[in-house]
Amino acid sequence: MSGVDWSTLVPLPVVLALAGAGVAVVVTGRIRLQRVVSVVTLSLVLAVSLALLVGADRSGPLTVAVGGWPAQMGIVLVVDRLAALMLVVSATVTLGVLLYAIGQGAASTDEEQADEDAPLPIFHPTMLVLSAGVSNTFITGDLFNLYVGFEILLASSFVLLTLGGSAPRIRAGISYVVVSLLASVIFLSAIALVYAATGTVNMAQLAERLDALPDGTRLVLQVMLLVGFAVKAAVFPVFGWLPDSYPTAPAPVTAVFAGLLTKVGVYSILRTQTLLFPGGQLAELLLWAALATMIVGILGAVAQDDIKRMLSFTLVSHIGYMIFGAAVGTVAGISSAVFYVAHHITVQTTLFLVIGLIERYGGSTSLTRLGGLAKVAPVLAVLFFLPAMNLAGIPPFSGFLGKVGLIQAGAQQATWLTYLLIAGSVLTSLLTLYAISRVWSRAFWQAPPPEAGEPGRVPRGMTLPAAGLVAVGLSLTFLAGPLFGITDRAARDMLARDPYIDAVLPAGAP
Amino acid sequence: MTPNLTLAIVAGVLFAAGVYLLLARSITRALLGIVLLSNGANVLLLVAAGPAGEAAFVGQTPPAGMTDPLPQALALTAIVITLGMTAFILAMAHRSWQLSRTDIVADDVEDLRLVELAVRDAVPHPDDEATSRRTPDDDAAHDEVRG
Repeated sequence: MSGVDWSTLVPLPVVLALAGAGVAVVVTGRIRLQRVVSVVTLSLVLAVSLALLVGADRSGPLTVAVGGWPAQMGIVLVVDRLAALMLVVSATVTLGVLLYAIGQGAASTDEEQADEDAPLPIFHPTMLVLSAGVSNTFITGDLFNLYVGFEILLASSFVLLTLGGSAPRIRAGISYVVVSLLASVIFLSAIALVYAATGTVNMAQLAERLDALPDGTRLVLQVMLLVGFAVKAAVFPVFGWLPDSYPTAPAPVTAVFAGLLTKVGVYSILRTQTLLFPGGQLAELLLWAALATMIVGILGAVAQDDIKRMLSFTLVSHIGYMIFGAAVGTVAGISSAVFYVAHHITVQTTLFLVIGLIERYGGSTSLTRLGGLAKVAPVLAVLFFLPAMNLAGIPPFSGFLGKVGLIQAGAQQATWLTYLLIAGSVLTSLLTLYAISRVWSRAFWQAPPPEAGEPGRVPRGMTLPAAGLVAVGLSLTFLAGPLFGITDRAARDMLARDPYIDAVLPAGAP
Repeated sequence: MTPNLTLAIVAGVLFAAGVYLLLARSITRALLGIVLLSNGANVLLLVAAGPAGEAAFVGQTPPAGMTDPLPQALALTAIVITLGMTAFILAMAHRSWQLSRTDIVADDVEDLRLVELAVRDAVPHPDDEATSRRTPDDDAAHDEVRG
């Protein structure tokens, strides 16, 4: 370690966010102070995450043994390049969404404050707890602690999804809560079986001990963990809950859910499939699942008339790309999948925020009730156009680079199945473009329908954070070189497994 | 390690009953299903602990006679989490009752609209007439009878 001990920073993304949430609850009555507290907290989390990324990239995985217990006994926190990159991206979008929500809240009058779209006092603390839960899943090196992280972020997502408690949100909330808890029970049962088989829940130790198990036992454990994570990541065939529940929530909430929650599932799949179960036993199954996720998801998106629902389906569809990369399982495949996760978190969050702006302008997100927005709101049109083209994967943008990376990784494997996947991903990309251009032509170009009301007013406090995230999405194009450098090194470390295991268990422990 | 067969069977029965209850449309039944499933997972953690033994107090119990304390700690954490989640579902069930005076999860409005579109687009067939005239209200009434 060169001079600076970076690992001191490892627990901070969780600790800071939880402490900030506590303070934000205490100052509930003073909305302005609460906003300051949450923005400062998330900015600190972002700064720490950036420092961690630099540290992890320079000196390899950083570890902290919680409470000073030896790694085999206590919980160990590990930040490698993958975790650090996820931390940076998640902190960036959470901060953007929070600023957007503040802009939205500051613009509403007192009567609107009681309205379901205006963030309630509980909003800020819950967002911070959500951020803590997400960070916890990224930095933990312990399977059970990963479960706890999931529960932290689920509990806060339940609260955010049912904010205001209106009838549609309660209906959506019930199916979301029941499905999420079912997935958690599957995950918990898998942990119990993993412990029964190996006698540990420390991931580095598991990586060593799982290899010694009989093939059948390993396969059962692998499948159970995979199913638990696949539900959270909304992979075919267990994605039905997502388009059903996300669109009813307020725009900032949907944005942060769409950006982060499914990606936590993808991250867990990437981590467990590379660290715990190397060798790609289930690669073929994952490839088929990825193909079905892409195609079914995008066909669902094409059928929708409501922009929020359409975007929820594209979200499902693009999860397929990341699973594709994970399933290919080479350095190029994992690296592109990680790059795609970073790109997709940013772009999908931005799009949902922009949809929130459209809803305020046009009073609706239904394509049958929108029109002519390009004339009344040219700035909004640009803000929608850029991330939308980025999502579809039009050349200069990062979505294109991520897709090219995945297609190259697939072509290097050169089996008929990966070629099929390549065809599927190109088709999905084209259909995404079709779905996006339908929104563009109907909401922005077409003359407004006669029943459309006067355009609403959009406060600058909402437009600026959305524009900021659009800029972050564009900057991924310019930073693609260094970013691919980091993801390549991350993928190489993940596949080699030794850097992670050696960092957690330095002396080649039993 | 020799697993305890009784505990394993208990966990299996809890899982089966939980899944059965979860398939119902009533929120209360789904809640009970979640509770049973979580308890099944907790029992599974006890199975993972291996044979029962003395309490794991260093200095009082010889290490050979100790039961494995880690799965107990995991189960305890899981129980606390389940408690919180159960309370949240109960609150939602109560809110749902306040809003709609029913314990049944309603269909998604947008889904119903798409079904209507599909029905309108479909070429009518004399035999299908009875089904194509089904409205959302009929479906809801039907579900209520079933639930």
